[in-house]
Amino acid sequence: MGKKEDNIKKAKNLMNKLDHIRNIGIAAHIDHGKTTLSDNLLAGCGMMSEELAGKQLVLDYDEQEQNRGITINTASASMVHEFEGSEYLINLLDTPGHVDFGGDVTRAMRAVDGCVVVVCAVEGAMPQTETVVRQALREKVKPVLFINKVDRLINELRVTPEEMQQRFIKIINKFNELVNKMVPEEFKGKWNVKVEDGSVAFGSAYYNWAISAPYMKKSGLSFKDIYEYCNKNDQKTLAKKTPIHEVLLDMVVDHLPSPKEAQKYRIPHIWRGDINSELGRSMVETDENGPLAVMITKIIMDPHAGEVAVGRVYSGKIERGQEVYVAGMPKINRVQQVNLMVGADRIPVDFVSAGNIVAATGIKDAIAGSTVTDNPDVEPFERIVHISEPVVTVAVEAKNTKDLPKLIEVLRTVSKADPSIQVEINQETGENLMSGMGELHLEITEYRIKNDYGVDIVTSEPIVVYRESVAKKSPHSFEGKSPNKHNRFYIEVEPLPENIIKALYNNEIPQNVKKYRNEVVKKLQELGMDKETAKGVFGIKGLNIITDVTKGIQYLFETRELIKEAFEEVMKSGPIADEPCQGLLVKLVDAKLHEDAIHRGPAQVIPAVRNAIYGAIMTSDPVLLEPMQKVFISTPQELMGDATRELNQRRAVVRDMQTEKDMVNIDAKAPVAEMFGFASAIRSATGGRVLWNTENIGFEPLPRQLQPEIVRKIRERKGLKPEPYPPEYYMD
Amino acid sequence: MNKGSLVFIGLGLYDEKDITLKGFEEVKKADKVFAEFYTAKLFGTTLKDIETLIGKKITVLSREKTEKGEVVLDSAEKHYTVFLTAGDPMTATTHVDLRIRAIKRGINTQVVHGCSIITAVPGLLGLQSYKFGRTTTLVFPDKNYFPTSPYEVIKENKKMGLHTLVLLDVQADKNRYMTANEGMKFLLEMEEKNRGNVLSKDTLVCVVARAGSNKPVVKADSIKNLIKIDFGPPLHTLVVPGRLHFMEVEALIALAHLPAQLGEKLQKI
Repeated sequence: MGKKEDNIKKAKNLMNKLDHIRNIGIAAHIDHGKTTLSDNLLAGCGMMSEELAGKQLVLDYDEQEQNRGITINTASASMVHEFEGSEYLINLLDTPGHVDFGGDVTRAMRAVDGCVVVVCAVEGAMPQTETVVRQALREKVKPVLFINKVDRLINELRVTPEEMQQRFIKIINKFNELVNKMVPEEFKGKWNVKVEDGSVAFGSAYYNWAISAPYMKKSGLSFKDIYEYCNKNDQKTLAKKTPIHEVLLDMVVDHLPSPKEAQKYRIPHIWRGDINSELGRSMVETDENGPLAVMITKIIMDPHAGEVAVGRVYSGKIERGQEVYVAGMPKINRVQQVNLMVGADRIPVDFVSAGNIVAATGIKDAIAGSTVTDNPDVEPFERIVHISEPVVTVAVEAKNTKDLPKLIEVLRTVSKADPSIQVEINQETGENLMSGMGELHLEITEYRIKNDYGVDIVTSEPIVVYRESVAKKSPHSFEGKSPNKHNRFYIEVEPLPENIIKALYNNEIPQNVKKYRNEVVKKLQELGMDKETAKGVFGIKGLNIITDVTKGIQYLFETRELIKEAFEEVMKSGPIADEPCQGLLVKLVDAKLHEDAIHRGPAQVIPAVRNAIYGAIMTSDPVLLEPMQKVFISTPQELMGDATRELNQRRAVVRDMQTEKDMVNIDAKAPVAEMFGFASAIRSATGGRVLWNTENIGFEPLPRQLQPEIVRKIRERKGLKPEPYPPEYYMD
Repeated sequence: MNKGSLVFIGLGLYDEKDITLKGFEEVKKADKVFAEFYTAKLFGTTLKDIETLIGKKITVLSREKTEKGEVVLDSAEKHYTVFLTAGDPMTATTHVDLRIRAIKRGINTQVVHGCSIITAVPGLLGLQSYKFGRTTTLVFPDKNYFPTSPYEVIKENKKMGLHTLVLLDVQADKNRYMTANEGMKFLLEMEEKNRGNVLSKDTLVCVVARAGSNKPVVKADSIKNLIKIDFGPPLHTLVVPGRLHFMEVEALIALAHLPAQLGEKLQKI
């Protein structure tokens, strides 16, 4: 029996020893070495040959990921590790590092209890480090720290041992600072990492070695020895003496919680059901004999097996042939295969029990984020908070018209597997739109549609998604009349304060006002909204709020749902360019209604309110918002001019510039619309010698002088009259 | 001043012969004839029969076109234009907005009345029109719209001892007409929801079906008895009586088959 087979057998046996299981993720800023680390961990555990590790990139099993050298899919793998005389099963979920795939990271965090955050010793904590730490803490996932690429510090940057220590301290302090900022109250001070207790490790994922304080004791190696080996260029010996998988997995077992421990505090956080119910108790106890509850975090498309649903089993066991329900879907699904995942291999097993990660086929209705149970009536898991929202869109057409029906089906499947891809299918015009986190995200999806699904497609140039808002409060209320002229609604709009927009964005205010009314009113008052306005709130759509500040209007309550419907319609497509609205406070200040219910139905109220809101927006200094990106560039001094020139051509604003040795780090902000094609432009401008990355940071007003031209372009593209309608248009 | 004018003519209740003689003469003079049937429909006739009778083509307008009104007004500026509606043009569905806009555009306007369900129903039942309170309409529940204000109207009318004429939803575009049975069901549902002790299964109500036809159905009884009866094709109307005058009780027995036992009970009160 080979080592791999031996491990598979051991893994199966460990599955129900909960104290001996760890579900972990590895997360990092792009290029900080996460996938290399994952592969070496697997190799060290005998899941792949050690020679290949670091080169083969098992977790990057998507062919395209390997070509691009970045990880797109979150794959998972189980491995066995021995610590202090007993064996542990470690289920590892790899998460993508590119910000364009933020949605995947968040979903993977839901399935794990602990997380190794990788930070490059040369670059230090980067913006995305902050993002992944935030994502982890938001899901109550405990982090530990691995400082990678220490070899480069010694061999390339030639730092002295003292300087090296200084750098480490800086990174650790920064990391703890991030943790303290966002850690759940109950773990304040407890989740900080310390060198002494071994919750921090240092090393080189590429050269396959790492060291921590406890392992130094165990192996007798000191920092000085490490420094020497690196200096002598003998990292091979180092990898033998202090192999990365030993050190890191020791850290994981010792510092990250077992499912049994973690589910106690994570379940009340991710599940709103009754904790004292049978299922609630079973999940808190991680009981494999309780009712089934699985949270799906990923759908993988397999050419042979079809859709494979990967998820975390929180309670009960999922078995081959079992009948299960997907929350919100009417039909019973029958589980076909149940697997453990080992890199690209799925190892069929009879069942996977609570506390583990499963890859199952046959659960056809599941999408990333679904709850799977054996009882159709249970409360599903909390919606996963998406930190990122789509900002770039392409139109997709089938090259051959006969492929059109297939294309529609494929587009639907694609967005099922990756909910951060939004598709809009228009059967009438045949124009299908696909939106994603960025240019790269869409290019990769396009590649997948062509290669994995075999549909030849043509896509348009990418276009950005805009938002509509207002710059000031309405000068007066705007009157909207119903078509029969017997009903009138008076509306004012104003920009929502920044802190409320932020709270909406972070999902801190429930969107379902009907159900959580008291909570919404309380929260809005805390954020500074006056009592009367907060109490009148009856609808939230995206980052917009509608409130009713009228008093004692007879029958008005009967039309409330219709007013809300009109509000939602306008928020979905505003008057300037038919783009979604953002940051609006819509106030209903007065209404005059017809006596009889028949003359104030949907056909009357909806158009009246819609016109009133449109008109109010048009009288309140309407503005178009464009998506922005943070752009970080790390360039050698002598190429700084070329790099900044590239930025200057793109309406970028340089916010900070720091020199470190012979490198300059530029922190800039630029519109997404201007960043198309940046990758190849900067590569050719600098001979590929600069490192850079971007991150979406929300929407900001478009410079005024550009607005008319861009509005015209959007409207023409959508087949609208080139100019928006003036307020008067909405009076009748 | 414009040469044209706009005449609103009521077609009355049931068939093409319900139009008044005056209305008939006016429409024959018309250069252009419009009509709307989205709020009510003449069930005893067809568009073609009306056209044959008046000897002119009729342009039937949708709700949107009628409410916008441009087609009608543009025509009325130059031509002698007639706008036909079921019932009385300024009563149940009021077209007064169209008339006001015509006047604002300097167009001569005129109204030729037709008979309306508002008076026909009390007439058929023998109830005194002096004793009716506010009229209300029951609406087919929609996804986001199920007004219960009709219940409030009945409640207030009853408090003052007044009868309530309850009109029933007409969705001509969907070929959907609320039956008296559905209306009674919705009223009971509203009672269930509001618990105002306004109605129960024992409450006396009146049903009129196909007013204006040769054989209108006219019935008065408790909801529990009436709700089981098939009243035939539309349109149907309900009345929830308030305090009854002795003449009204007598009329209900004679005209609306009010069971004598129930009638006697009412007489005593």
